[in-house]
This record gives sequence, C-alpha cells and structure tokens, in this order.
Amino acid sequence: MKILICIKQVPDMESKFKANAAGNWYEETDLAWRMNEYDEFAVEQAVQLKEQVGEADLTVLCIGSDRVKETMKKALAMGCDRGVHIADDESYLKDSYAIASLIAGFAKDKGFDLIFTGMQSQDRGSAQVGVLIAEMLGIPSLTTLVEFSYTDGTVNAKRELEGGTRAKVSCSTPALVTCQLGLNTPRYPTLPNIMKAKKKELISTPVAELSPAASLLETLQMAPPEKKGGGLVLEGDPADLADQLIQILKEKTTALA
Amino acid sequence: MKTLLVAEYREGKLLGTSSELINFAAQLGAESAMFLVGSEGALPGYSGKLYLADVEQAGEFNPSLHKQMLLEVVEKEQPQMVVLPHSSYGWDLAPRIAMALKTAQISEVVEVKDGNLVVPSCNSKLRRQVKATTAVTVVTLQGGAFTPAEDPSGTPEVIKVEVAAGGDIEFLGYEEAAETGVDLSKAEVIVSAGRGIGKPENLALIENLAKALKGEYGASRPVIDAEWAEHSRQVGTTGQTVSPKLYVACGISGAIQHLAGMKKSEFVLAINTDKDAPIGEIADVLVVADLKQLLPVLTEKLNAL
Ligand SMILES: Cc1cc2nc3c(=O)[nH]c(=O)nc-3n(C[C@H](O)[C@H](O)[C@H](O)COP(=O)(O)OP(=O)(O)OC[C@H]3O[C@@H](n4cnc5c(N)ncnc54)[C@H](O)[C@@H]3O)c2cc1C
Ligand SMILES: Nc1ncnc2c1ncn2[C@@H]1O[C@H](COP(=O)(O)O)[C@@H](O)[C@H]1O
Repeated sequence: MKILICIKQVPDMESKFKANAAGNWYEETDLAWRMNEYDEFAVEQAVQLKEQVGEADLTVLCIGSDRVKETMKKALAMGCDRGVHIADDESYLKDSYAIASLIAGFAKDKGFDLIFTGMQSQDRGSAQVGVLIAEMLGIPSLTTLVEFSYTDGTVNAKRELEGGTRAKVSCSTPALVTCQLGLNTPRYPTLPNIMKAKKKELISTPVAELSPAASLLETLQMAPPEKKGGGLVLEGDPADLADQLIQILKEKTTALA
Repeated sequence: MKTLLVAEYREGKLLGTSSELINFAAQLGAESAMFLVGSEGALPGYSGKLYLADVEQAGEFNPSLHKQMLLEVVEKEQPQMVVLPHSSYGWDLAPRIAMALKTAQISEVVEVKDGNLVVPSCNSKLRRQVKATTAVTVVTLQGGAFTPAEDPSGTPEVIKVEVAAGGDIEFLGYEEAAETGVDLSKAEVIVSAGRGIGKPENLALIENLAKALKGEYGASRPVIDAEWAEHSRQVGTTGQTVSPKLYVACGISGAIQHLAGMKKSEFVLAINTDKDAPIGEIADVLVVADLKQLLPVLTEKLNAL
C-alpha cells in the first residue's frame, strides 16, 4: 500500500502572538514550533495501518520553510518511511486552495491508496486542505474521523458530529481521510527510532519548481481580538489569591451560601 | 449581493443553525435563498425561496450527492456567496462546493467588519480580516457568532429539487454518545480540568476543589481523549452543554468548542498560567497562577470555612 500523510508545523498555542510587520500573518520569531495536533493523529493512524497490513510505504509531506524539517523528523521517528519537504519560506501567505493544489500536484500519478490529513490546522484552522486535495484528485474523502478501520480496499470509519453523536461511514480506496482529536493515542518516538529516522530519506524541493497555483484569499489585517474587558485579572501569591477568591465567591456567587 | 444559505438537517430534525444563516445575510444586507436536504414536515422559519431536496431520497449524509444538488441551485440562483454553518455538515460540504465553483472559501467567520469577513486564528488569540479574490465565495459561520436575538419567522416558498442517485460514500447510520455517567447539565457548580493539569494524578486537585464547592467536576476534551476522565464529563460542542451558577476552568485555554459548552454559566472563574489565554475573554475572574500551587491552598481554605 502507498500512503501519504500531510502534516503542518504550527506554533505552540500557548505562545504569545502578535501580527507581523506586514499585518498579514503572525510574527514568526520567538515561537516554539511543533506538529499540528490533529496531524499527530494522522501520522499515528497511518503507522498503525502499516503495522496492520505489513507491506506499506508511508510518505510524509510538509510545505514550509527549512524549519519544518524538525517536525518532519518527528513523523519519521514515529514510523513514516520517507519525507517530502516542499521548501517555501512564504507558505504562510498561501491559502488553503494554494496549499492543496501543491499537495494534489505532488500526489497525482503517484497512486496513493490512502491520504491522511488533520481535520484542521491550529493556526489557520480552515478545515479545507484535506477535502480540497481529495476533490482535486477526484477521490472520496471522509472528514472528522474518531474511528478508522481498513480491510481489503474498504475504509470503515466514524465521523464525529456535534453532541458526541457519530456517523458510521464507509468508502473504497483510493480515498482521503481527515483526522479528529482522539482518533487514537499518538506514540512518542523512542530514542532508537529517533536515531533511525536520521537515516531516512527527506528530500526538499523548492516550491518554485512546482508551479504553485495562486491563492484565492488574501489577509487584509491580523490583530488580537478587541478586549471586551470586564473580567478581573488577579496575580500574586497563592494564599492571598485564595483569600481574594473566597471573598469574590461570597460576594458574587451563591456557591458558598 | 445575493446569498445562498445552506441549512442542515439531522436525525429527522432541522438544526437551529438556519437562523444564524438568516441573521448573517441580514447583517450583510444581502438578499437570500435557502437550500435544504430535509423534509416538508420541518421547515425553517424563513420568508424566501427554499430549495428543498427530499431527505428520504437523498440521505442525511451524502456529500457528493448534496454537492451536485446544491450546484444546480447555485446555477439557478447565481449567488455571490454560499453560506454554511461551520459544523460537521458544513465544513465537510463547503470545500467540495468551493472546489467545484473554483472559488475562495472563508472558514469559521465570527464577525463582519467594514464589509470584510473576520476569522479566528491560533486558538482565537488572533483575528484575521480576509478578502477573496474570486467573485463568488463560499463561507462557513462559527456556531453562535450570528445567533439572532429572536428566531426568524415566516413560511418559505418551497421549490422542490430533483434527487438523482449516486454518491461515493456509504452512510451506515448514527451511533449516539453513551448516556451513562454524570449529568453535568444539572450541576450548580462545576470545576473543570484542562490539559493544563499535566498528568492524570492532578485530577485529584480538581475533584477535591469540586467537593469543597459541593459541585461536580468536568473536563475539556484532551483530558477525556487521554482517558483521564469518562466522556460524560466532557464540556463542549461534542460533549455536554452546561449552565451552572459557578464554572471554574482550571488549565483550560478556552477554545471555541469548549466555550460553546459553558459560556452560559452565570459566573466563570478561570485559573491559567497564560494571561492571554482566550478563556480570559469570557471569564469574570482570571487568576494567573499555576493550578498545582493554587488549588490545594484554595481547597484547604474552603474546607476550613
Ligand atoms: C470539531 C471539534 C470539536 C471539539 N469539541 C470539544 C469539546 O466538546 N470540548 C472541548 O473541551 N474541546 C473540544 N475540542 C477541542 C478544542 O478545540 C481544544 O483543542 C480543547 O478544548 C483544548 O483543551 P484545553 O483547553 O484543556 O487544552 P489546551 O488548549 O492545551 O490548554 C491548556 C491550558 O492550560 C494552561 N496551563 C498549562 N499549565 C498550567 C498550570 N500548571 N496551571 C494553570 N494553567 C496551566 C495553558 O496556559 C493553556 O491555556 C473540539 C475540537 C474540534 C475541532
Ligand atoms: N503547509 C502544509 N503542509 C502540509 N500539509 C498541510 C499544510 N497545511 C495544511 N496541511 C494539512 O491540511 C490539514 C488541514 O489544514 P487547514 O485546511 O489549514 O485547516 C492539516 O491538518 C494538514 O494535514
């Protein structure tokens, strides 16, 4: 089986964010970077599938600057076989359509049986790239999966709906699936696997060689949400804070009545 | 400007999001028509054209078929904007439409500002004003961002849409969330644990505080996914919706899907090491502190009252 996993590198969401000078994205300096949380489930599911079927070749693909190779190495250490890096220092300016076109352009003619993506990226959060790739390739796509199984060319899965209800769905491969939080338990790479990953193929191709499609969306402004204010912010020593909180709970709520 | 609103229907019911779509079109000052795969027995309060495909024939979930029918309506109505809820139905269908129409899609719109659409970024820590370069756009709306003060009324003019056969996905039915466990919707005080608790042993800090406040404990999704607590304790869009008198969010960042489940709480107290955590937006009090240090002291003092 040939399997493609698309991952994105995103900042840790606990970082402090501010707009960049052009006002069209966040400032990328001084951030800690990691694998998009949803994509960890995608990588794990692909690796589990390989363990299940035995023969499978897992390609992990990521578009971004050289910095993203660190995150790709994690995917290789988790069990992917080879890395395809599309080197693009300005990938943040590309919208989901442009990103999906690049990936579909790569995947076309390669005969992938299954493509795994996250349901959304944590920074852009469009929840589009996966479905767009599938539509571009003309293959079925199942989104927001919290359960996945594969037998003989058929995917059986459960989509998560609001309220925790699930929809049981099925389709034939080739297909694309988008992974929701909780689909599985992503493994931590072991030290021997981190060492092994260093020897795995990781090839960078400059994006300019791939004739990327133009974006259909532009960002006019990026800014923190306007503070609606109101809320009280408390800082200090735990014992003082506890006393203040008890006072507030007594005055403002009936919880201690 | 003309919009085509895509309402949703599930398990035999029209979903309430149709009123948000109608309100959004009104905010834009746009004309609208509506598309629904549903049934004549459950029509939205709406005075406009409603293109209705029979759900008995089309199925509640069949994205490629729904796409085909929607595209036919787009062809007839020629809208500049196709609007869907940012829900499991909407985010699944929207990119399929955008791709077929070769148009830009703007996901999870929270606000209209100076005529432009605003979307969240980085767990709502930033907001992005965007503009499409295509004449038509496909838009999905964040749940709750356009809830009208009053539900719209009216009787739609129903236009039937022919249903063809087809689809590349088989829908095999629903599986309801297990109903066993705690019913948080009745609790007056809820203390919830987020990923910030760090490890399962620290759940005891949350439970102890909940006990001291004579309440129940809940959790955000990562805590449930990691199986540190059972699913019935999850608060949010894919868990329970709660409205206690006091909600204490411990180590919870305040993602929109969590807020959707608890924002009706009367009083919200958040404990978080990150002063900029989005939970601060809705918290009455945000305590910037390490929960591992604060909770034991707070619990002890409460128990001593
Ligand atoms: C379709 C969909 C449905 C979803 N449904 C739900 C849902 O129903 N419920 C839900 O909760 N989520 C849901 N999510 C997930 C949601 O988007 C977030 O990922 C999730 O809510 C994050 O949980 P968290 O706040 O606990 O973790 P994080 O976002 O990781 O936040 C952890 C917080 O803890 C703080 N922290 C860290 N250490 C400490 C410390 N020592 N003391 C105090 N604070 C600390 C950090 O500053 C941070 O703010 C859904 C997502 C999707 C896409
Ligand atoms: N730059 C990228 N490189 C590789 N895959 C990506 C990239 N951006 C998004 N994806 C994939 O598309 C999914 C959805 O992203 P988005 O549409 O941005 O919310 C992610 O979870 C990834 O699997």
